[in-house]
Amino acid sequence: MSPRRPPEPVQTIKKRRDGALRALVEGIAYTRFLGIEFSRRGDELTATMRYDEKLIGNPLLPALHGGATAAFLEVTAIIELSWKMLWEDIEAGRTDAAAVDGRHLPRLPKTIDFTVDYLRSGLPRDAYARARVNRSGRRYASVHVEGWQDNRMRPFAQATGHFLMPPRDGPNGGNGGDG
Amino acid sequence: MDEARRKAGQRFIEALPHARALGLRLVTFGEGMAEISLPYHESLIGDPQTGVIHGGAVSALMDTCAGAAVMNHPEGGLGTATLDLRIDYMRPATPGQAVLAHAECYHVTRSVAFVRATAMDDDRARPVATATGAFTVERKR
Repeated sequence: MSPRRPPEPVQTIKKRRDGALRALVEGIAYTRFLGIEFSRRGDELTATMRYDEKLIGNPLLPALHGGATAAFLEVTAIIELSWKMLWEDIEAGRTDAAAVDGRHLPRLPKTIDFTVDYLRSGLPRDAYARARVNRSGRRYASVHVEGWQDNRMRPFAQATGHFLMPPRDGPNGGNGGDG
Repeated sequence: MDEARRKAGQRFIEALPHARALGLRLVTFGEGMAEISLPYHESLIGDPQTGVIHGGAVSALMDTCAGAAVMNHPEGGLGTATLDLRIDYMRPATPGQAVLAHAECYHVTRSVAFVRATAMDDDRARPVATATGAFTVERKR
């Protein structure tokens, strides 16, 4: 029996995971355009869309543009799915987190359809969102996203979407075809 | 007359900060119908490996175009807000090309307007995305 390796210092693990997440998020120009950031607790992500005047749709109310809200929720869903894949690959040792940078990003899932339900108008302040992957198969995934502002219990928008997952390497991935 | 209406519509779109940030341009503005163009820009890229714009930018375009179609419907009321919007993505928009959305408000009740929309790049025969939505109709009480 080989002796078990001592666990890595927590700061080393944190730094590696946060670095991979940052590379994933910052590699996408559109997340920067909208001013979206992600914070992480373990494998749970929370997205923040910082308030900016350019996100306003109705200047009289004022209210966030429905399109900006839709985009925010879609970005949150895609990052959640990509992060879940990346996390599994890093934890399983298939991907070296330190090697994830702007030029070595994982292939991203593609949106098949996305339905946004507008519950109340978006206020001119920061917005938050979390995505829940309800089903993630080898080819298709179904994700639900909830967006809120001041009050977590009063979401201002929610969305459901289906995504086509990128082909994956590894024992069950690759070019497995339709099987 | 039509050109005056299009210009009024363009002014309306330019009054929406997010539409301005995306560089949206009103192409056609008919009764219960609108066509809006989203120019290609690097800041909208969603897939760094291909340069394809993010689906969210197409959603923002579709939402604006659908809302404009409601506003320009004779029974469209004084204002509108999106109740729900579903987008189906058929294929990635070709990098470097503008995306044109065409929206039609096909039915209006006292409180709700129903819209369908299509988004295309230069290849008009193969849509990039389609959308259906329900919008509120604000009326004077």
